[in-house]
Amino acid sequence: MTDFGYTVSKPRRIDIDRNDMTLCDGILSSMPELQTCIGCGTCTAVCTAGNLTDFNFRRVHTLVRRGEYRGAYEAMNKCMLCGKCRLACPRGINTRAVVLLLKERLKGM
Amino acid sequence: MRRSNWTEYQKEIADDHYYYARSCIRQNFFPGSEKAFLNIIGGNLRKDIFDDPAHTSCTGIGYHSDIVPLETIMTVVARQFSLMSEAGYENFVASCITSFGVYTEIMATWEEFPETEERTREYLLKATGREFRKPKNLAHTSDIIFHHREQIALQARHRLVNVYTGEPLRVVEHIGCHYAKIFPKSGIGGSEFPYVLAGMVESWGGEIVDYPERRHCCGFGFRNYLVQANRGYSIANSRSKLESMAPYRPDFIVSNCPGCAMFLDKWQYTLAEMEGTVYGQNGRGIPVLTYEEMAGLVLGYNPWELGMQMHQVDVEPLLDKMGVEYDRAAKYLGRNGKYLGRPEAVRVNGCPQGTYCNTKI
Repeated sequence: MTDFGYTVSKPRRIDIDRNDMTLCDGILSSMPELQTCIGCGTCTAVCTAGNLTDFNFRRVHTLVRRGEYRGAYEAMNKCMLCGKCRLACPRGINTRAVVLLLKERLKGM
Repeated sequence: MRRSNWTEYQKEIADDHYYYARSCIRQNFFPGSEKAFLNIIGGNLRKDIFDDPAHTSCTGIGYHSDIVPLETIMTVVARQFSLMSEAGYENFVASCITSFGVYTEIMATWEEFPETEERTREYLLKATGREFRKPKNLAHTSDIIFHHREQIALQARHRLVNVYTGEPLRVVEHIGCHYAKIFPKSGIGGSEFPYVLAGMVESWGGEIVDYPERRHCCGFGFRNYLVQANRGYSIANSRSKLESMAPYRPDFIVSNCPGCAMFLDKWQYTLAEMEGTVYGQNGRGIPVLTYEEMAGLVLGYNPWELGMQMHQVDVEPLLDKMGVEYDRAAKYLGRNGKYLGRPEAVRVNGCPQGTYCNTKI
């Protein structure tokens, strides 16, 4: 193939049509309450780990829901499981259980 | 797409007496298109159009590459308007989408900040001794063709119909970003539902392909391309569009922007050579036309006089589908009959023997 001195940049967009949603669907069927998340970010605002590191629960959850799994397991390992997010969630989602579930399902991704 | 959406954005287009401002890059990329526009407007439609040799580049490429300052481009534009007034015209028609965007932006700036217009008048007077009047009507050349599309349809010798199947040709229309994405009111149909090319295609018998990345930029974007290291980003945009449109099996792409038509055409060659991928039917690329070339074919112009031999993706499969008669042997002859030379066989025009090609449809 011809070398023109540059390559085609890889897009950074999230393409839901192409992403493999199998894992996400499995996570949702194990924890259907996740579908009630309104993405308000309260979990992240009160997060102890997020105050000390770049851990952002809302971001990781949103990416996983769009089939973007890379780095999610490593990010979830930063969670201290203190459970403050669970107390603050306006939808009453068991966010602590979400962390454990994501760690279980996304290990090795 | 709901048809009613585009109707909210309309613009006034002058019916006759046009002052024509050429594009600096189109004459290199698609050398026959501007001549075809003059022939169609002045010849077929018998309208008055003035092709002024005294005007210059609008300097839009320099402006969008942060080389030409705003005050300078305003003064250059003021000089173009001065030439128009001197020639006795009030309807300014720009051949280039970037120029059209520049003229629109500067007119809006003068309206919003009148002191900038006053300063421009001073600069122009000091530099050239000229004064200017602003145009009564500002339009892009594609607006003019759109305005007269039904008259062109009446004179049509070919329609955008597949002569073998009787089905309408499937057309991807690509609108240059600077047509209406900066000032939505400056374009027919605004930025989201531009109808300027779709209107021509429908009037001449074709069918518009509505695909997911229809309003995506082609990736030219001036500085995206001008620096070699950035070209990977530029070509990624075109690939995104081509991948999105390929499953709809378009017969050709038409664009109203010099950069878009050039890049959607040439990047197909580059992608085929870099990755071995072609996006059109029968293992070939998708032909890319300017709207003047499309109008010219409809009106029965000779494709080689329209300059279509300069395209990277061969147009012959499209000409055959439209039932256009042409002389294959004359393709690489110049206007004086001199042989121009024949380009090497490349993947985008049918995979040459011994090379690998991946077709997307």
